[in-house]
Amino acid sequence: MKKINNYIITAFLLCTTFLFAQQTPAPKQTKAICIMGATAHIGNGEVIENSIIIFNNGKIETVADARLVKIDISNMDLIKAEGKHVYPGFIVPNSTLGLGEIDAVRATIDSDELGSLNPHIRSLIAYNTESKVIETMRPNGVLLAQITPQGGRISGTSSIVHLDAWNWEDAAVKVDDGIHINWPRPYTRGRWWRGEPSHLKPNKEYGKQVEELANFFKQSKVYQQSTKEVKNLPFEALAKVTNGSAKLFIHVDDAKGITDATEFAKANDIANMVIVGGYEAYKVTDLLKQNNIPIILNRVHSRPNSDDEDYDLPFKMAKKLVDSGIVVALQANGDMERMNSRNLPFYAGTCVAYGLDKEEALKLITSNTAKILGIDDTFGTLESGKDATLFISEGDALDIRTNKLIKAFVQGRNLSLESHQTQLSKRYSEKYQE
Amino acid sequence: MTRRLYLLMLFLFSITISAQEYFPKNDGVKTTNNHYTAFTNAKIYVSPTQIIENGTLLIKDGKVVATGKSVAIPKNSIVIDASNKSIYPSFIDVFSDFGISKPERISGRGAQYDASREGFYWNDHIRPDQNAIDFYKYDEKSASDLRKAGFGVVNTHLQDGIIRGTGTLIALTPNSTDASRILENKSAQYYSTRKSVQSRQSYPNSLMGTMALLRQVHYDAKWYANGNVNNKDRALEAYNTNKSLVQIMDAGSKINALRFAKVGKETNTEFVFVGGGDEYENIIEIKATNASFIIPLNFPDAFDVSDPFLAEGAGIADLRAWNQKPANPKILAENNVPFSFTLKGLDAAKDLMPNLQKAIQYGLGKTKALEALTTTPAKILGKENSIGSLKNGAYANFLITSGDVFDKNTILYQNWVNGEKHEIHPMSTKDIRGDYNFTLAGETYDLKISGDIAKPKASVSSKDKKLGTILSFKDDWLNISFTSTDTTSKNLTRLVSKISNPKILSGKAILPNGNETSFYAKRAESKEVSEEDKKEEKDTPKVFPITYPNEAYGFKTLPQQETILFKNATVWTNEAEGILEQTDVLVKDGKIAKIGNNLKHGNAKIVDATGKHLTTGIIDEHSHIATSAVNESGQNSSAEVSIEDVIDAEDVDIYRNLAGGVTSIQVLHGSANPIGGRSAIIKLKWGETADNLIYKNSPKFIKFALGENVKQSNWSSFNRFPQTRMGVEQMFIDYFTRAQEYIAKKKSGKPYRKDVELEVLAEILNEERFISCHSYVQSEINMLMKVAEKFNFKVNTFTHILEGYKLADKMKEHGAGGSTFSDWWAYKYEVNDAIPQNAAIMHNNGVTVAINSDDAEMSRRLNQEAAKSIKYGGVSEEDAWKFITLNPAKLLHIDDRVGSIKVGKDADLVLWSDHPLSIYAKAEKTIIEGVTYFDIERDLQLRKEMKAEKNELLNRMLQAKNKGLKTIPIKKKGNETFHCDTEAEHIH
Repeated sequence: MKKINNYIITAFLLCTTFLFAQQTPAPKQTKAICIMGATAHIGNGEVIENSIIIFNNGKIETVADARLVKIDISNMDLIKAEGKHVYPGFIVPNSTLGLGEIDAVRATIDSDELGSLNPHIRSLIAYNTESKVIETMRPNGVLLAQITPQGGRISGTSSIVHLDAWNWEDAAVKVDDGIHINWPRPYTRGRWWRGEPSHLKPNKEYGKQVEELANFFKQSKVYQQSTKEVKNLPFEALAKVTNGSAKLFIHVDDAKGITDATEFAKANDIANMVIVGGYEAYKVTDLLKQNNIPIILNRVHSRPNSDDEDYDLPFKMAKKLVDSGIVVALQANGDMERMNSRNLPFYAGTCVAYGLDKEEALKLITSNTAKILGIDDTFGTLESGKDATLFISEGDALDIRTNKLIKAFVQGRNLSLESHQTQLSKRYSEKYQE
Repeated sequence: MTRRLYLLMLFLFSITISAQEYFPKNDGVKTTNNHYTAFTNAKIYVSPTQIIENGTLLIKDGKVVATGKSVAIPKNSIVIDASNKSIYPSFIDVFSDFGISKPERISGRGAQYDASREGFYWNDHIRPDQNAIDFYKYDEKSASDLRKAGFGVVNTHLQDGIIRGTGTLIALTPNSTDASRILENKSAQYYSTRKSVQSRQSYPNSLMGTMALLRQVHYDAKWYANGNVNNKDRALEAYNTNKSLVQIMDAGSKINALRFAKVGKETNTEFVFVGGGDEYENIIEIKATNASFIIPLNFPDAFDVSDPFLAEGAGIADLRAWNQKPANPKILAENNVPFSFTLKGLDAAKDLMPNLQKAIQYGLGKTKALEALTTTPAKILGKENSIGSLKNGAYANFLITSGDVFDKNTILYQNWVNGEKHEIHPMSTKDIRGDYNFTLAGETYDLKISGDIAKPKASVSSKDKKLGTILSFKDDWLNISFTSTDTTSKNLTRLVSKISNPKILSGKAILPNGNETSFYAKRAESKEVSEEDKKEEKDTPKVFPITYPNEAYGFKTLPQQETILFKNATVWTNEAEGILEQTDVLVKDGKIAKIGNNLKHGNAKIVDATGKHLTTGIIDEHSHIATSAVNESGQNSSAEVSIEDVIDAEDVDIYRNLAGGVTSIQVLHGSANPIGGRSAIIKLKWGETADNLIYKNSPKFIKFALGENVKQSNWSSFNRFPQTRMGVEQMFIDYFTRAQEYIAKKKSGKPYRKDVELEVLAEILNEERFISCHSYVQSEINMLMKVAEKFNFKVNTFTHILEGYKLADKMKEHGAGGSTFSDWWAYKYEVNDAIPQNAAIMHNNGVTVAINSDDAEMSRRLNQEAAKSIKYGGVSEEDAWKFITLNPAKLLHIDDRVGSIKVGKDADLVLWSDHPLSIYAKAEKTIIEGVTYFDIERDLQLRKEMKAEKNELLNRMLQAKNKGLKTIPIKKKGNETFHCDTEAEHIH
């Protein structure tokens, strides 16, 4: 316990000394830590009140009902957490964290490469661990992210990182986990600047665009069987999804597109396909269920796409899909998505207000996401053997009022919960006390 | 060569016809023609209401001489027997661009802020000096199409600019010159909501800018007319001259007609409005304008809904429009709104009649229909004595038809314009349409002739087998050829018949083998109209009821004020009493009547609020929903514009905001310029009109802005002052200095030019109007406070104010409030130091703090945003709740009416399912002044009803498609939102 305090003091000193430097990544866990008495939200739907959680060397060793087990904790740093809540670290998928800093300043943006068919473009190497935006995630419990390129028909290859690292190599928890396709839109918007009505209308090019994509996959397949004397980088990259070592994320919203994308994945023998967006997925749940396709759902805090739709459609969409037996995760995509990613837990909270069970909602940002991203062997729940990437909150972490982190750990390392923002806050609050 | 000869001939010919008497003649002798023409035995519509059966129409020299039952026919008359024919005054379109080509759009790079014309008004889009007569060139091709559709006279104008100048009244006669075609050089002055394409001048680039500009033109024209201006302004001169004409405004929609009716009142301009065909939705307000309307007949075609994926995207508003719009003329007529029809919006003149027939089928009386094409347009133009009727002395502009001009089967024979005859279909044309059968070489055949009377089509069948058939019918000679029932034969059977009796076809038949024989076919009796068609004509189609507003989630009847007693609620008073458990609140006459325990009231509707929370409605200090415009960025100051002018009461986000517990919002101008426009403070009374949303005796506000947006940093614009924060300060000082001088001049009693912009700035200096200033970094915030102090006023609110925490002490001292985002940052450089503790730190240092949305999505869950100040800033729950209720009410100077639950205040209340700051809370009822505008149960009911109605409408569309009516691809309305700087990019 004392040692932890020391860490905090050291960290605080570092902060005050280099006021504008980013938070220093936490050092390796050197001693077992025991969190005692907290309500443990396992992340798989289960809750253990009055729990004991022990982790060592970055791995969770014990998660149990404190009344039922007897463990010698004398050699551990003890964190008394009665009345507090422990959660697995939240995961934000389809994110551009670290690929951009200030939306309006082009020089700071690295998320969208030139070209349309870019499976070879890799997000990981551009991931900026020093981003000031990233450190504001952690105080809300967001500890992991899938860093994803944007734009084009095939945006590129994503990787999964944790949010407390010196460099991208340290940050990576799964390298090149998936390739991302932006499925052609069956609707396009009229060019109002040319006097066309700004209504959406059927996209005449849709068939052609789907065909282009299919052809690219076909070409790639042929290439894999060739001697590859002349290397083709995009085809090389695409091999990962055709051979199943990476997942295929198809970003698509409308029911027709989802149906076509599902067909497409089948036709190309893609074993692991994920729908990202899925605005109209609730209309084709049977198809998705049959094909075992999970969904990374659009940002919950958004408006319905059309006037006629229920005002709360985006709020209750997750419940509709979960009730249909589909594996759902939440994301923060859209306007100002990087800075907004820290609101991920509150998206889950809103789903609860509109019908979803609380622990079920928690799964949408923990175990389901880990499953969808293929990192569920190490992340997503509080279970022994998994990485100790978790946090302690004063109260219910899905509710804004009570989401107040006391401590957060990534692979057992005790993170700083400070940020550029907390520093400024302290500095100016102190100014007025003078 | 031949072409030239032809033109010469045409020239000579026309001269002969219409040479004026004082013109010299060098190609022969004078051939004056003083004959009369008399049409006898006709049914004559002298006007839509004055009908003569079996009468005579006498014309001479292009004018009507007499009409009547017993008109004496002079000896030198050519008499035309028009028995069984009807004669109507020909149609008039007062909104036409006949003979005037569209001006080319000027293109270029970068914004242009100054006018490009010299010697005219300071704004290029004000073009009253444009006279149609200078642009017009007679165009026989369109004229011929118009005549075929029944038109004789059109008022044409150059459809370009906000004030477009005068129109010209043209008679559509090919065989004369402009000398007789032009009935009036300058008839009517035209206006529109759209800018001229002949200039790239930026201002105005919003509807509210256009409205403000029209007002300023009015004041400037007066100033000019009074001789106060030394320079020449040909635009204002023309405007002053044209003021005596009819003023026609192309509003294009009911909502714009209502808006410009207000501008008209302020500028003493009585507008005639070109409508949008949607007037029926607000017929009471439309009628109250007392204006005449020019109504398009471009009823929407059915969507192609056969693809269910697409069908789902069809909005109920569009589906209803398809169903309801054909009833618009009927509803206008029922409400005695004077209206004429225009071809505007139709692809071709020939589309008029089918749409008109549809309007009649939907209940428009034929007399009204005729008036809308004849007497009403004539009256609009002040020409009721010369056109639009067959009064003595009027132009001889009339149609000769086979019967009722609106009947599907009626034939238009002739269209006379200025006494000049134009044959559309020969009067001798025989109607051979009908079903026949005949026998040839032992086989019987069925023949069906249908289609246009002059160009009928035929189909021949035999033994229920349809044969390929070709028909030609000219000069009473009918030729029909058809294929053989024997599919191996390529030879045709040909029939030739000279028609004398249209019910009998007889003549020669040439058989496939070349043998000739005779044939005879008699028309089957009266099967001209199929049973189904007949039924359709008789039944007035079902028109779905409108709702308020007439779109998704509209009310069939507006909800009423109620006396409501909430029992056992947890009441967040926002007053000294704090949060009261298990408390009753009585709402009466739109006010909070009582707060206490065990309240009783006889007639009150009881709401059991046990376990629920009752709060005052959320107030959003910074919103851009419910408006048709956000930024007027055509100038660096636009104080003259007002959001109140462009409130859109039909924005579905109003309903969605209600569902998030919001009751009042300030709709702000955007942040595109340092001095923005005036705000509208409104209550979200869903279903009411724009005027009823705006607060009565509303406190006056204006938007100011600082930083990147006003410097235009984030898009390519480099030529508008200011480009730096240094310039922003000087701009404010400049404008306030001018406003001071303006006030001084006004006070001096000397004449002064009324300047709306400076009037508004003067209100700020006089502390009658408050500033809400978009701001981010501390330097500029400090600057504006210092500028204000120099001019002896206070900046009321800094909105956004993301670095407010850096100078909370200075704000407190100055007396400015802060209305901020809870946690937004990193979207542009100037918000790099934005922190989610901002609200708390300002609050802790005595600043009145609000949390706002600036966003249609966030506004519907501002309760969550307020909770972020608890999380990040450690603010108490009661204080956090005030951030989105009482504090914005204070900042908006409406806290005497709303913002807390206090006896006497407006009953603007929300019943929450849970602790209102909890993420798990849902608004169950949202009440404004005792009227429940949102109810979570009623919402479910509305959804159900909409689903059923949509299904029925979609089925009707499917049926329409199956019947072979025209369909168009579905339009899905996209999700459009406004933010501060919508004009440029989606950044804040």
